[in-house]
Amino acid sequence: MSATLFNVSLGERLRRELAGGAVHVSSWLTAAQHQRKAPDVSRFLAGERLLGMDTKHPFEKVVADHGGTVLRVCRVLLASHDADDAWSETFLAALRAYPDLSETANVEAWLVTIAHRKAIDLLRARRRQPVPIGEIPEGPAGLGVPGAGDSGLWQAVRELPDKQRQAVAYHHVAGLPYAEVAQILGGTTDAARRAASDGIRNLRKNYSGGGSA
Amino acid sequence: MNEHNDLFPAPAEPDALARLHRRLEEAAEREGLLDVAYRTVDSPVGPLLLAATPRGLVRIAYHIEDHDRVLETLAGRLSPRVLHAPRRLDAATRELEEYFAGRRRAFDLRLDLSLSSGFRLLVQQNLPSIGYGQTRSYRQVAELIGNPQAVRAVGTACATNPLPVVVPCHRVLPSDGTPGRYVGGTAAKTTLLSLEAAA
Repeated sequence: MSATLFNVSLGERLRRELAGGAVHVSSWLTAAQHQRKAPDVSRFLAGERLLGMDTKHPFEKVVADHGGTVLRVCRVLLASHDADDAWSETFLAALRAYPDLSETANVEAWLVTIAHRKAIDLLRARRRQPVPIGEIPEGPAGLGVPGAGDSGLWQAVRELPDKQRQAVAYHHVAGLPYAEVAQILGGTTDAARRAASDGIRNLRKNYSGGGSA
Repeated sequence: MNEHNDLFPAPAEPDALARLHRRLEEAAEREGLLDVAYRTVDSPVGPLLLAATPRGLVRIAYHIEDHDRVLETLAGRLSPRVLHAPRRLDAATRELEEYFAGRRRAFDLRLDLSLSSGFRLLVQQNLPSIGYGQTRSYRQVAELIGNPQAVRAVGTACATNPLPVVVPCHRVLPSDGTPGRYVGGTAAKTTLLSLEAAA
């Protein structure tokens, strides 16, 4: 299968689409700074056990809980190699910003928002490089479950129009509510819902499943 | 929420995630974002959690302390930038293996003592002066640091030692001949004392 082929026309469309929609990751960083400047009560507490009860989880837990989902999202947005880079850059950026993340933030939505931006960055970087067309060496497929016959599905997802693909990725793959998807895509909640449902309809039309494709 | 799971089965790809995790560990170290690196090692006293900041080894935790809880505490007290990143713990792992094999009598590791302060820190800083295979009573340690009245406080300092084994609180015993309490449990204390007596 040609699952790892970078689809140039898709990339072109994705670039154009994404270039317009600025998303402000800074909106996830709330008044945490102020809280951190509040008097440190830890010195009044005796045991280790009392400390850390209402603080942030170790970042390792963020990776463990959301790493797989973010990877699937990246693979819907980008070809395999670029998806790995997007994942890496997403989690490095998240690690950097993590201390300032609001403790009530939806962590998965935050990560998907960063991944959305990293995908844009990677596609812009691609645009500045000569893109080999035609004979692109196939790496490990890395899409879907080997042998489960779904790599065609992932290919089909990546061939959806951008908004539909993004809406499908963020709602159906990441499980974000449409209101969050709309925040990332920069439109209304209804538009996000329509894009996802159009995307699913196109998928059902273009991908009949399993080996018959 | 994910009503189309039939369309998008979760790809089983632990290898890909493990590879990406290692990349993240390296990038985090390179970018100065690895505030707390940790790993676990097996030992004769059960699995030990080892954690280090860029300044040095900051925490060793016994299984009975609940490693997840210890990591949550480190996230709260030091930084939430906590990652499983074994490489920073290579030297500590090697020295602990040598110690448990009876081939090492003293540790040569950079320590970050920032989890302790005040009197507890003072006690813990003095514990390494009790040599391998030796023991002291709580009272003797209190006298050693010039505060003979502080026997109970010495006990508390030993009980809250963030770096057991390496900072040898297991060499401090009650005067009644029993092994006494220990952060890793009495059995672990006995194991360490037997190990050092036999070597």
